[in-house]
Amino acid sequence: MTTVYVPRDSAARSVGADEVALAVLAEAELRGADVTLVRNGSRGMLWLEPLVEVATPQGRVAYGPVRADDVASLFDAGLLEGGAHALALGPTESHEWLARQNRLAFARVGVVDPLSTDDFLAHGGLAGLRAALAMPPADVVEAVVGSGLRGRGGAGFPTGIKWRTVAEADGPLKFVCCNADEGDSGTFADRMLLEGDPFALLEGMAVAAHAVGATEGYVYVRSEYPDAVATLRSAVELARAAGWLGEDVLCSGLTFDIEVRVGAGAYICGEETSMLESIEGRRGTVRPKPPIPALSGLFGRPTVVNNVLSFASVPAVLTGGPASYAALGTGRSRGTQVFQLAGNVARGGIVETEFGLTLRELVEGYGGGTASGRPVRAVQVGGPLGAYHPADGLDVRLDYEELASVGGMLGHGGVVVFDDTADMGAQARFAMEFCAVESCGKCTPCRVGAVRGVEVIDAILHGPSEERAGQAALLEDLCELMADGSLCAMGGLTPQPVRSVLRHFGEDLGLTPVASRDGT
Amino acid sequence: MSGQEWSAETVAGIVREHAHLRGPLLPVLHAVQERIGWIPPDAVPVIAHELNLSRADVHGVVTFYADFRTEPPGRTVVGVCRGEACQSRGGRDLEAHAQDALGVPFGGTTQDGEVTLDQVFCLGNCALPPSVTVDGRLHGRVDAATFDRLLAEAR
Ligand SMILES: Cc1cc2nc3c(=O)[nH]c(=O)nc-3n(C[C@H](O)[C@H](O)[C@H](O)COP(=O)(O)O)c2cc1C
Ligand code: SF4
Ligand code: FES
Repeated sequence: MTTVYVPRDSAARSVGADEVALAVLAEAELRGADVTLVRNGSRGMLWLEPLVEVATPQGRVAYGPVRADDVASLFDAGLLEGGAHALALGPTESHEWLARQNRLAFARVGVVDPLSTDDFLAHGGLAGLRAALAMPPADVVEAVVGSGLRGRGGAGFPTGIKWRTVAEADGPLKFVCCNADEGDSGTFADRMLLEGDPFALLEGMAVAAHAVGATEGYVYVRSEYPDAVATLRSAVELARAAGWLGEDVLCSGLTFDIEVRVGAGAYICGEETSMLESIEGRRGTVRPKPPIPALSGLFGRPTVVNNVLSFASVPAVLTGGPASYAALGTGRSRGTQVFQLAGNVARGGIVETEFGLTLRELVEGYGGGTASGRPVRAVQVGGPLGAYHPADGLDVRLDYEELASVGGMLGHGGVVVFDDTADMGAQARFAMEFCAVESCGKCTPCRVGAVRGVEVIDAILHGPSEERAGQAALLEDLCELMADGSLCAMGGLTPQPVRSVLRHFGEDLGLTPVASRDGT
Repeated sequence: MSGQEWSAETVAGIVREHAHLRGPLLPVLHAVQERIGWIPPDAVPVIAHELNLSRADVHGVVTFYADFRTEPPGRTVVGVCRGEACQSRGGRDLEAHAQDALGVPFGGTTQDGEVTLDQVFCLGNCALPPSVTVDGRLHGRVDAATFDRLLAEAR
């Protein structure tokens, strides 16, 4: 019996993994070969999807990208023994893309069968939760504080501090909420974890529940991710049946259960207070803070809100110890970050490494430059609210503080590459248009400002050239107003991509770049 | 897409199935749309009554979220990603092609009632752009020719 792996990750399926899986089964049957097909998550080498792996006595061997009509020739070449073929990539783990990474949150993604509880346990699953349950809750909180783990959803707030606030809040009912809204363009790590290792999230949330004294959990998943929703729902049922959720989790006395909620196509519901409103059944408008959700969150109760990757990073903190987690990284950015390399890039996918690499290492080293083969013009980091970095600015180190120092942000770790055909004036306009479409409407600087922003950029692009400088000054003013006057980061950060275009790509707006005017 | 004929009893039944949830409105609306294909205006007072909310509250929620339809969609629903990663690989051309090929703007349904074209902002497939969905099924690296083929298969 030979095990063949064909991912069921939706990115792999989007380029034909289901057809390949069927072809593998059909070909095996035709040849009377005894094959077990496992639909694993993706290894995150997305340019090689569908990536087929075969378990051999020497370990797993990879082939890719495989199309359904390659499958017969793969069998001819001895696929089941790891035979040579034009699509052969060698032992999966020693592929240079993977071998250089340090995967903690993604350790099992692509490796295991996502819905096999046995596989999860065989690959270190529940070790973090078991360690946590053996400790008093306050010690778990202090371990997370000591690890230096910062929220991976965007704002980078220290996770342990948030947990401590909830733990110290009074109340018989507390919640743990996972933000799986992942609305940023260029980001897909949450989705891949939900599809590739959903139990990891449940484990992290159960640790949080024990640490803060919560009994109920919600995962809010965006509706654009139907595969992730289905996998997660199955995982919750399996975990419940295995005694990992529900009453008396792992016979520890902890009661904690999780419900999966689906969003309805609103970017703003990724903002944590909008997400809470949405779970409560209301329009996803932003709540003013204070009160912070840690003290008055879901249904007014103390609530932990963390991102998928924040929760998925917690088990490693407990198994390896906070010191070893904190030893990874640079400056105040500790541990590993799951970068998502996307857009016009030759080799796109997931790169999990400790903080400290530069944008150039990511885009040129891992990414191999653009997919089109043309020069890189701009790289947007951190989603639609993140800055566009120019080609000569790629040596910036990817950590929270360094990116902020050049007018950017890490956000959720999405990195989108553009080649020299990109029209940066159009990208600036899109930033405002996106904000106008997705604004929750609660405050004027964002609701009205974004609409005005589109109008002003249109005036710069298409209006009389003698008015261009004046309109540009107006745009600068508008950006300042939105940044200073918006209630949340939707309106507050939309100026960031716009200003980065003004600063670095002003010629696309018919303007002299500011950089050459004042030397910054 | 659209399934069952709507009736007040169906909708009331759906609400009761979800009544045990904390904050059941979104799950209820998703379930109504899944079964009926859209949220008929006449369903709003039924949902409001069953959940002890005002009609305005329910209407406000239905109209806030892009997913909820207040008109029946076409038999096939196509979503084209307008996110930046897709833009970087020809997504803007694909957006234009999709609207031309179907002869409707985003949000529109073809005259024959066959196809509804939606804009979406990121499908989480940003390393294999541009991306579209056809009846919820994700496709990556889609160019104009692939788009036409997917559409022909769906029609
Ligand atoms: C407009 C906007 C969109 C956001 N979208 C997301 C999102 O999709 N996922 C996420 O985890 N956090 C998102 N955030 C950040 C959340 O508000 C919150 O900081 C985060 O979920 C906290 O979890 P963490 O500390 O683990 O990062 C968004 C924030 C804003 C202002
Ligand atoms: S900045 Fe925009 S999204 Fe945020 S609260 Fe104001 S209107 Fe809503
Ligand atoms: S930007 Fe199109 S799939 Fe993410």
